[in-house]
Amino acid sequence: MQSWISQGRLIKAPENFIGPAGVRAVFAEAKRGRRDFIRGAFAAALAGGAATQAAAQGEGDPAILKLPAHSTGLGQPVVTDGYGRPSKYEGNVQRRPSPGLTQTSQASVSFAPLQSLFGIVTPSGLHFERHHQGWWDIDPAQHRFMVNGMVKTPKVFTMDEVMRLPSVSRFCFIECGANTGMEWGNVAVPTVQYSHGMLSCSEFTGVPLITLLEMAGADLKGGKFVLAEGADGSSMTRTIPMSLVTSGEVLVAYGQNGEMLRPENGYPLRLVVPGVQGVSWVKYLRRVEVGDQPWGAKDEAVHYIDLMPDGTHRQYTSIQECKSVITTPSGGQVLLEKGFYNINGLAWSGRGKIKKVDVSVDGGRNWRAARLETPVLDKCLTRFSLDWVWDGKPAIVQSRATDDTGHVQPSSRQLREVRGTRSIYHNNAVQSWLVQENGEVKNVQLS
Amino acid sequence: MFNSRNLFATLLIAACACSASAQGQKGTEFPGIGRAATPKEVAAWDIDVRPDFKGLPPGKGSVAQGQDIWEARCASCHGVFGESNTVFNPLVGGTTKDDVKTGRVATLTRTDYPGRTTLMKVPTVSTLWDYIHRAMPWDKPKSLKPDEVYAVTAFLLNLGHIVPDDFTLSNQNIAEVQDKMPNRKGMSTAHAMWPGKELGGTTKPDALGSACMNNCGPEPKIASRLPEHARNNHGNLREQQRTVGPQRGSDTTKPEGALGAAAGPVKVVGPAGGAASPNAAAIALTQKHACTACHNVEGKLVGPSFVDIGKKHAGKADYLAGKIKAGGVGVWGEIPMPPQELPDADAKAIAAWLAAGAGK
Repeated sequence: MQSWISQGRLIKAPENFIGPAGVRAVFAEAKRGRRDFIRGAFAAALAGGAATQAAAQGEGDPAILKLPAHSTGLGQPVVTDGYGRPSKYEGNVQRRPSPGLTQTSQASVSFAPLQSLFGIVTPSGLHFERHHQGWWDIDPAQHRFMVNGMVKTPKVFTMDEVMRLPSVSRFCFIECGANTGMEWGNVAVPTVQYSHGMLSCSEFTGVPLITLLEMAGADLKGGKFVLAEGADGSSMTRTIPMSLVTSGEVLVAYGQNGEMLRPENGYPLRLVVPGVQGVSWVKYLRRVEVGDQPWGAKDEAVHYIDLMPDGTHRQYTSIQECKSVITTPSGGQVLLEKGFYNINGLAWSGRGKIKKVDVSVDGGRNWRAARLETPVLDKCLTRFSLDWVWDGKPAIVQSRATDDTGHVQPSSRQLREVRGTRSIYHNNAVQSWLVQENGEVKNVQLS
Repeated sequence: MFNSRNLFATLLIAACACSASAQGQKGTEFPGIGRAATPKEVAAWDIDVRPDFKGLPPGKGSVAQGQDIWEARCASCHGVFGESNTVFNPLVGGTTKDDVKTGRVATLTRTDYPGRTTLMKVPTVSTLWDYIHRAMPWDKPKSLKPDEVYAVTAFLLNLGHIVPDDFTLSNQNIAEVQDKMPNRKGMSTAHAMWPGKELGGTTKPDALGSACMNNCGPEPKIASRLPEHARNNHGNLREQQRTVGPQRGSDTTKPEGALGAAAGPVKVVGPAGGAASPNAAAIALTQKHACTACHNVEGKLVGPSFVDIGKKHAGKADYLAGKIKAGGVGVWGEIPMPPQELPDADAKAIAAWLAAGAGK
């Protein structure tokens, strides 16, 4: 018997899994030497565990021995689905709301299933959503983009015109400022989807905002700030420093992962502000105004402000700081058996590139440097991994990222020492997952 | 024959020409793209109001006028006194007359105070004016005229004891009101999380981790975890994980199992794509006519859920169509449902869907 078969994946057959009549039939058939029938009886009785059970019988795995319909029949014709979709077996991989988080479904959020993603790109259909007054599917032929304020000539552009301009494509992460916000005080949610899933990463395509500002003759010296404004009911507004715009980083984007933006993510136009929290990536972007002072918009004066222990709020907190999280194994999962696992997860920093990720399996006493998977890009998700042989004992797995400015991701204790526990936004603390002896993984916080 | 002097001169001229043309052409190198916006177009969209009140249109509105608009347009979500926590976070509460004097909200230092209201946080009255004007009421954003916005803002400030009952807020006196905002001195920008140098911040992050690799810190002690009764609060996690790979999801409808128990079959909760449901058209109509601003399919919001309406009035499509058009009060609670303007055919389609149980 192969050693991997004995490692625990093999499931013992339950008592009396074949009834008395079945047993008589099996023995009768066996006497006649028809071993195929025995295999069939096992397969019928044990839908899930039958494969390895039969393999243990020495015959081999029916999944190999019995050619399935897809090997012996004619498949689907081409273009059955003009804009394809995932396998029906992937139906469990979906973005989800957290029950009770908001009262209304229009001012709400859905979380990306980070536990089920590979690499660094989030499929567009799984990109997290945050809506302030419901989403719209806007006719691009009717959408307009305006530049005004401290400019020589206020300008209007159609989508056709924006898409004629020289474009750039860039991979970057987007994280809501409130991501992990439910966990400032204590554990509140079970899985990485709900704790860290207001995080996604895409290749965005669009025109650098600076190009459009220059076309309007913007005053780039006196105009120290720009205001971005959306076209939906909330008409989200956010202030962005001109220095980010002149660096060329800020994009007026229409493309995402090779297709147009999805409606839930701002179709047909949104702002892309790498390294900065998602609320500034204004969706359904209709206007950018150049000005000499910040705007103090609702989401800069009431929300997305960080409460400090002395009762003051930090305003205009925008950068998403150095952070990481392990996605396998993570909360709500059950490891199938002891043995080898490739611990892996995601790291990111709004200040630049990920330089290093350390992983601990003993709750932070000892750390090992993880592999960084390429590409490692500026203000982008970086996938990391580490070999681990689980001995079946309880383990607390953690990851800790360092970016190229030297900023090391803090533990929750280190973060709370400075910022207290009553904030909502910008929780970038090290995450702890407890792997229990029974294989279940739990979200925990350490003292 | 090669002449280095001439070549140098040519290059120099070319270099000058290039830089000169680059200077002159900045922003003009894409002819045929974009056009000048007309003044009316700019006025239609340029609605933002800054803390220095740039952009604020002239106008005025009294606390009393604001109260009338509030009760008709705002109270169903925010409560009669701005205190409601049913739909959104409370707007009013937690501030005192002392805070108006000091410009700091004392409650923000209390760890026992349940939550933070808008008036406890907002330092600038411009912010309230701008947001009410651009995004309120919830189901009909941008429908309030400037005078109505002044009035509603005045009423909200009055609820917070910032302006007296007989106050009229206007573009003339709004700057004086800003000097009374309870949390006007409660904001700091001296931190490292603004991505520029404009706001007097720092560059060094405040919360630093440790790079220790071996024998770091004490033995780990678990201080917080989800209680067992919350095991299934987020639905069955078994159905929220991929069915293949190194792990499965925990079956949170059952107590924890032994190692290996996870390997059995997993229910796939639905096709990843899937055809639109037969109810999709009716659901789309509830969206289109903003019914969903006050009603969820399941679970009470401002009004009863569609499913609950369907249960109570099963089979009564004509009655429901009439109610949608005429509105009503007292059937489900104190908050009235205003008459709805929508085509008869749409009202009938929604009513038929409700009467059949409001399926998804």
